Amino acid sequence: MNWLALVILGVIAFVLSGPVGMLGRRSGNGWHWVSAAVAVAGGMCGLVAAFAVLLGSPSESLTIPAAAPAMTVNLRIGPLSAFFLIPIFAIGSLSSIYGLGYWPQSRHPRNGRKLRLWYGLLIAGMALLTLCQNSIDFLVAWEMMALSTFFLILTEDQKSSARQAAWVYLVATHLGTLLLVALFAIFRVINGSFLLRPLVPDQVGLALQTVIFLLATVGFGLKAGIVPLHFWLPEAHANAPSHVSATLSGVTLKMGIFGILRVLTLLPARPPAWGIFLLGLGAVSAFLGVLWAIAQHDLKKLLAYHSVENIGIILMGLGLALVGQAEHHPIWIILGMAGCLLHVWNHGLFKSLLFLSAGSVIHGTGTRDIDQLGGLAKSMKITAAAFLLGALAICGLPPLNGFVSEFLIYLGLFHTMARLPILSLTAAILAMVGALAAACFTKAYGSVFLGTSRRVSHRAHESGPTLWIPMGLLAAGCVLIGIAPSLVLTPLIHATATWSGQPSPELASLVPVKTITILGVGLLAAFGAGWVGQRYFLRRDRTGITWGCGYIAPSSRMQYTASSLAQMLLRALGPLVRQRRCEPQISAVFAGTGQFETHADDPVLKDAVEPVWRRLRFMLAGGQGFQRGSIQNYIFYMLLTVLVLLAFTLPLAMLWNWLL
Amino acid sequence: MKTLIAISLQVVLLALLPPLLLGIINKTKAWFAGRRGPPLLQVYYDLLRLMKKNVVISSTTTWVFLAAPLVSVISVLLAGLMVPLGPMAAPIHFTGDLIMFAYLLALGRFFTTLAALDTGSSFEGMGAAREVTFACFSEPALFLVLLVLVKLSGTPSLSAMLLSASHVRIGSTASAALVLAAVSLFVVLLAETSRIPVDDPNTHLELTMIHEVMVLDNSGPLLGAQIYASSMKLLILAAFLLHVVLPLNPALVGRDWGIMLAGLVAVAVIIGAVESLMARLQLRFVPTLLVAACLFSGFGFLLIL
Repeated sequence: MNWLALVILGVIAFVLSGPVGMLGRRSGNGWHWVSAAVAVAGGMCGLVAAFAVLLGSPSESLTIPAAAPAMTVNLRIGPLSAFFLIPIFAIGSLSSIYGLGYWPQSRHPRNGRKLRLWYGLLIAGMALLTLCQNSIDFLVAWEMMALSTFFLILTEDQKSSARQAAWVYLVATHLGTLLLVALFAIFRVINGSFLLRPLVPDQVGLALQTVIFLLATVGFGLKAGIVPLHFWLPEAHANAPSHVSATLSGVTLKMGIFGILRVLTLLPARPPAWGIFLLGLGAVSAFLGVLWAIAQHDLKKLLAYHSVENIGIILMGLGLALVGQAEHHPIWIILGMAGCLLHVWNHGLFKSLLFLSAGSVIHGTGTRDIDQLGGLAKSMKITAAAFLLGALAICGLPPLNGFVSEFLIYLGLFHTMARLPILSLTAAILAMVGALAAACFTKAYGSVFLGTSRRVSHRAHESGPTLWIPMGLLAAGCVLIGIAPSLVLTPLIHATATWSGQPSPELASLVPVKTITILGVGLLAAFGAGWVGQRYFLRRDRTGITWGCGYIAPSSRMQYTASSLAQMLLRALGPLVRQRRCEPQISAVFAGTGQFETHADDPVLKDAVEPVWRRLRFMLAGGQGFQRGSIQNYIFYMLLTVLVLLAFTLPLAMLWNWLL
Repeated sequence: MKTLIAISLQVVLLALLPPLLLGIINKTKAWFAGRRGPPLLQVYYDLLRLMKKNVVISSTTTWVFLAAPLVSVISVLLAGLMVPLGPMAAPIHFTGDLIMFAYLLALGRFFTTLAALDTGSSFEGMGAAREVTFACFSEPALFLVLLVLVKLSGTPSLSAMLLSASHVRIGSTASAALVLAAVSLFVVLLAETSRIPVDDPNTHLELTMIHEVMVLDNSGPLLGAQIYASSMKLLILAAFLLHVVLPLNPALVGRDWGIMLAGLVAVAVIIGAVESLMARLQLRFVPTLLVAACLFSGFGFLLIL
């Protein structure tokens, strides 16, 4: 069976899903269903093929020759690319189904078709990216993904917040692409071809390799949202439609991780300092990401900051694996890499689940402001259960999937005791991150779904099956990996072996997967039995109001708000959070009405990016004279650039030879 | 056969002993105050009485409120089965069980705080906010203690590492690290089981609201389950602490079960003494105390690096 062809078929289906949907009327839903069906069919093709390769089918390559060498297309599917293809196709299909109920063409005649066109291109771009074997193709697929993301953030371009978010995103992504172009240019010069071949050890010095490594970390890190390169992420993910946010957070960020993994396979030297750097960067991202999440009032921005946290956890696993390679510790490699890769899947599952549940809340209530919601668990039972499951999973609590991947990373960190015990201190940071995540989701779930309803929730209604079926499938995935981690061992071993280039030791002997299964089932069984027993055992006297120390007319305004829930924690960790407070001024004895507000801004965006940006604009203002808006001028500039480049080529080549 | 007896003994002790510790603490406090105090077994009577009662449930709550006591008991019980109570390995032990242990305790806490928010009361919300805040500082302290023990024993499994702590020679660097870890663990114990100087278990007045206020709306068996779960948490952490400080020898089973039980009583008396002799800290200083606990075990870890 030609699995690569099947994946390409899936990619084509996603590309076509947008245009197909354009055939119908502007306000009719019929062709929207056809479009979703095409996307799901493509997703199924891709999933079948990716699973086949991941479970042991040999890798396949395809070369489409062209006259110019730069135009040749080289594609290849191996276990590592298959590993990343699975969340792309799975979440791509589920989000397409979700879109039927969440963004129906009949209710969004203005932007529904645009949304589906760019969404299909986003999924196709990401899928192609995992297959590309030469740098030109890689950059084309990268830009396909990056630009469709831009248009997806701009879905509601009538909103100024969306335009602002898309603009910041565009600057960030182009900065990243610029670095990637530099990165691949270096490869082109060393290798003499656009093919992404591993460098030969004595061909390049360590200094140049470190330059390549840093370019990859920053260039791909801008996409992955590593602190401090995450500044574009929260606004962008909050302003896109929810099923798009689910894809952006759950899958697109991982393409940055994929890029770093891909470049690392091409570099022969992997000194321990790189691994320690990534491990530290991951710990900082995880900690600051979750801390900033707690300060948010916007449900989707809160979830977006949690993506920063989880990318940090993924990076910690990767850093550990990298140190293991440098120090020749196969156990560190397999545990770190398995934790990293499994967390890529797991985060894809539970973060998409959370974003889709948040979307259902927005669908039902029309707001994403946590402080206006409350008590939704009564009117939206399915959404509430789905969100709770996602919250338990993202906090790493047993018996769900988040626990399994964090378990792998913890275990790997404990194994560093033998040689580099200082690394294991990051386990304590990971523990604090877990506790902070639990605090954050206590706040999110407690304020949105529990208690009494606040301002807008009374008109909430449960969403239809097109919304909750994708949520249910994602939830099932979370439970399945959490209960039966033995299912994912084979994929993890294959993908890890591809990455490290050597057969990995038996993962099953390092990780007590059977015990995790037994304990998980035991936990669920005990809970189930207890729940049934409790129904018979508990004698309910009566239902009353919540005890308010004798006060008998409590209202929702007396409820603890999300902001007050987070306030103590934020005060304790104050200097790390950038919070603006607007407090009422009390001047008279009988004070009038006052308003108290807090706003949590992104520290990197407000204190670093924006001042630099303003200064840059000021400095570059003189350059506006060149922007005349006439095409002749621009062609002239291009010609001039080419001439200057030609003049520079010769000295540059000489400089290059000297560097080598 | 011997292991079977040891395992059943552990399970029975884990299930039956916890309320007794609370009784000893209360007796100690009464002695310090010059009172006779409630009977030693009063907590058992209380629990039995609560189990027979009907429940009153707030109309604001959802199923989460009913599930929380159940999840608390189950998760603490399962975590307790991973800690060796006596000189034998715990009933459940495997590589990395310490991670499962810490996260099971976190699971119970997560549901308890959610149940508190489920009532929509601002008192209980306040308690939940404090509980999650302090957990953020006690969790790294606990993990640093675990790191010290993993480093000393060379194995990431609770039973093995707690039982090997007894092989450390008194006066060595390792024993100094263990002392630092024990101090840190004692602070974690006080914080996790809501004791003075972190929380005051006697009252739920608003200045001291943490654990007691979170269960303010629970009644009957639901309240009983919460009290039982938190007392079991006390037993588990006390046994954990004893393993760090006491030289137990797996060979001398009979003697060491005795030492262990005496040690549990001693820990309860010490907690009672701390409660009688100290005032509760101002809430804003509690994170500082827990950070100090982190530093203690952190320095312990650096000692044996």
